[in-house]
Amino acid sequence: MNKKSAIFSRRLTVKSSTENLIEIRNFLSGIADELSLPKDLVDKIILSVDEACTNIIKHAYGSSPSEDININVKYFKDKLEVTIVDSGIHFDPSSVPPPDLKKYVKERKHGGLGMFLMKELMDKVKYSALPGGQNQLKLIKYI
Amino acid sequence: MAELTIQTREEGKVNIIDLSGYLDAHTAPQLENVFNKFIEEGKFNIVVSFTELQYISSAGLGVFMAYVETMRENNGDIKFTNLSESVYNIFDLLGFPMLYEFFKDEKEALAKFNEQGKN
Repeated sequence: MNKKSAIFSRRLTVKSSTENLIEIRNFLSGIADELSLPKDLVDKIILSVDEACTNIIKHAYGSSPSEDININVKYFKDKLEVTIVDSGIHFDPSSVPPPDLKKYVKERKHGGLGMFLMKELMDKVKYSALPGGQNQLKLIKYI
Repeated sequence: MAELTIQTREEGKVNIIDLSGYLDAHTAPQLENVFNKFIEEGKFNIVVSFTELQYISSAGLGVFMAYVETMRENNGDIKFTNLSESVYNIFDLLGFPMLYEFFKDEKEALAKFNEQGKN
């Protein structure tokens, strides 16, 4: 078998509302059960995808709840790859500086932590602007 | 189905928030409402108990980040108790233990507030 082909894949499309975050987490949790993945690994993937989708809802779509978020999970021999596609405003996570918690506390900031968490919890976070104007975020965790 | 349940109680001069369920970008505004109400009522000594909390994302942590300064300016604080290892790990990864106090149980957090009140 070609080692580059996915052993397993699942797709989910949800509307860009925070009330769907629970559906996204349940979708990932179901896949983890099917694949018998270890809990600590699953927790990291679920939180990272939650953070990515929250950013899409709030920043790419400006909290407009009726846009699409496409999530594609592929399981390879050595890694799990989650690809998230949206059609909102372009946003490259690698441009976000690491959080300065002391400063954020003084400024009474509510956000600015998600991107850092995602980068810490996953092995690779890759953003690409797709032809046609879509954004693609690839989250990779080696197993 | 309630994704997040928030209950509040008073122990002397301290207000305790009991969280259960899932604290994410969807449910974080519920917790913000609780903090806003405390501020309106002049209640600034807060203990957050995570005994029943299953899940937290950065939107949840953001609530504590946004409100702690107001509590401290009014001689209060937000202190945390009863975190599961997985929930604590997220706080730890983001550096919260440098700026916030964490306790294994509620009594210790309450004692800390009472001790501070004597100074």
